[in-house]
Amino acid sequence: MTQIQEVSLDEIRHLVSERAMTGETMLLNMGPQHPSTHGVLRLLLELDGETVVNCIPDIGFLHTGIEKNMESKTYQKAEVMTDRMDYMNTVGNNFTYCLAVEKLVGLDVPPRAQAIRVILAELTRIQSHLVWLGTAALDVAAMSVFLYCFREREQILDIMELVSGQRMMTTYIRPGGVWRDVPVEFEAAVRDFLKIIPKRIDEYEALLSKNPLFLDRCLGIGVISGEEAINRGLTGATLRASGPDYDLRKFAPYSGYEQYDFDVPTRTEGDVYARYLVRMEEMRQSIRIIEQAMAKLPLGPVRSNNYKFVPPPRSEIGTSMEALIHHFKLWTEGFNPPKGAVYAATESPRGELGCFLESDGGPKPYRVHFRTPSFDNLQVLPRLSQGHFVADLVAIIGSIDIVLGDIDR
Amino acid sequence: MGVEQKLGNMGVVTVKLEELVNWSRTNAMWPMLFGLACCAIEMMSAQSANHDMSRFGMELMRASPRQSDLMIVAGRVTRKMAPVLRRLYDQMPDPKWVIAMGDCASCGGVFNNYAVVQGVDEVVPVDVYVAGCPPRPEALIHGIVTLHEKVRGEKFKDWA
Repeated sequence: MTQIQEVSLDEIRHLVSERAMTGETMLLNMGPQHPSTHGVLRLLLELDGETVVNCIPDIGFLHTGIEKNMESKTYQKAEVMTDRMDYMNTVGNNFTYCLAVEKLVGLDVPPRAQAIRVILAELTRIQSHLVWLGTAALDVAAMSVFLYCFREREQILDIMELVSGQRMMTTYIRPGGVWRDVPVEFEAAVRDFLKIIPKRIDEYEALLSKNPLFLDRCLGIGVISGEEAINRGLTGATLRASGPDYDLRKFAPYSGYEQYDFDVPTRTEGDVYARYLVRMEEMRQSIRIIEQAMAKLPLGPVRSNNYKFVPPPRSEIGTSMEALIHHFKLWTEGFNPPKGAVYAATESPRGELGCFLESDGGPKPYRVHFRTPSFDNLQVLPRLSQGHFVADLVAIIGSIDIVLGDIDR
Repeated sequence: MGVEQKLGNMGVVTVKLEELVNWSRTNAMWPMLFGLACCAIEMMSAQSANHDMSRFGMELMRASPRQSDLMIVAGRVTRKMAPVLRRLYDQMPDPKWVIAMGDCASCGGVFNNYAVVQGVDEVVPVDVYVAGCPPRPEALIHGIVTLHEKVRGEKFKDWA
C-alpha cells in the first residue's frame, strides 16, 4: 500500500503562481473527500482571499483499469465493464460499445431493437439529468429539489429493472440487438412515466428558474464563449449552453435518431444558469423522442439472426444442433471479428461518448479506448473558475456535470 | 409507544447501562458523506424520499469524518484512494463502524486488476458486507439493520 506523500512547496512550483511562494496567496486542498466535488475529484486551489487564482484538478482516484481489463475478456463479456464506467449513463455506455462492435463485425440491428435502444437511452438521459439537477441544486443549497428528483428517478430505475432485472448496471443492450424483448408491462410503465414527468419538470423549474437565491449563484458565473468551448473540446450541454448546436444525434445520427423530430436546445450566455436551462430543455426533448419511439415501436425480432456473432434464442437450442453449436462456441470462445479499428460515438448526457476498438482478429479486443465527455469537459474547470469565489467554484463543478467514473475509468 | 409503557406512572425505567448506550448508538448513527463510485448513487437513493434512511436516525450525513461514526465505503477503492480512505478512517472518533457496500468494496468485484484494492478490508476493518453490484437501497438498509444488531450485542469489556 502506498502511503500519502507529503509534498513540499518546491515540488508544486510549476503549478502555482509566484505569489504562492512568498505566501501572498494561500494553497488549499479540496477533496478527494468533499461533498461538492461529485465523487473523488481533488482540486488544488490557489486562493487570494476568497478568490480563486488557480485551480489544478488532480484526477485518478477512481482509476479502475477498465480499458485494460476489457482486453482480457471476449467481446461479449467485456461489455459488463462498460456499465461501470460512467455510472450515470449505464445504458449509453453499453450502447456506444455495442455500436462499435457492430461496426467492427458489420452487424445489422433489427428496427425494434433500435427503437428500444433509443427509448432506454433517452430514459437514461432523463435519469442522469435528474441526478445532476438534484446534486447541483444541493450544491447551491436548494435541498428539496434533490428529494423530488430522486423520486422520479426511482420510476425510471423501475422500468430498467422491469426490462433487464437490474436497476443500474443493466447490460441490456448487446451486440446485434438487445438481450430479450421487453416485457408486456413495459409500454404501460413508460406511458405512466411520460404522463407525470412533464408536470414534474415544470415543478422543478418553478422551484429554481426564477428563484433569486439560485439566480444569484448562477447568473454570470463560469462564462465561456462558444469559440473557446469548441477549441477546448467541450461537448454536450456544457458546449451547447455557449452557442454551438453540436449534438451527435443530429450531426451523425445512429440507431434511427434521424426518424425522430426533436430540437437541440442551445443558449448563448455560456454561464452556469445557461447550462441549467439547456439541461432542463433537453429532458423535455428526450420526452418527445420517447413519445415518438413508443408510438411507432415496430414489431419483429430484437436480435440480429447472424448467429456467428449473436447467440441464437434459447428456444432453438433444444431442437437445432446448429444453434447449440453456435451457442457453445459463442460463450466459450467468443467470436473473431476481422482485423481493423473502428470508432463509434453516441451523445451521452454529458457529451460525445466515443468508443475506439482495435481488433487483431482474435476473440478479445486488442485495444479498447473510450473518449469520455467528462474528461474533456473537466479540463475547462481551471479556466472557468479563475477569478470567482470558492463558493462559485462549487456551482461551476456542478454545472459542467462531471462523473468521476467517466473521467478516470 | 414503548418507552411510556415501560415507564408506567413511576417515572423511572431500569436498564443496563450497556444496553442503554448501545441503544442510543444504534438510533443516532451518523454516516460519513463519502461516496466513491456507482454505489454512492444507490446510497443517495437510500437516503432520498422513497427509501428514507432517516427512519433509522441516519438522515444526517456528515461531510467531516470527525463528526461521523459510520463509514459506508460505497464503491471501488483504488490504490490511489486507499491511503486517503485509511486517513479518513483514522480521523473518525471511536466507536466507529464500517460497512463495505457493494461487490467492489467487499472483494474487488468484477475488477481483478492492477488498479483496484481487492476488498476494502485490506485497508480498514469491516463490520458488515453488503453484496450486489450495486446493492439495491433495500440491501443497504438491510446491511445497516444488521449492523445495528451487531452494535446491540456489543460489550464494554470488548471496547476497553
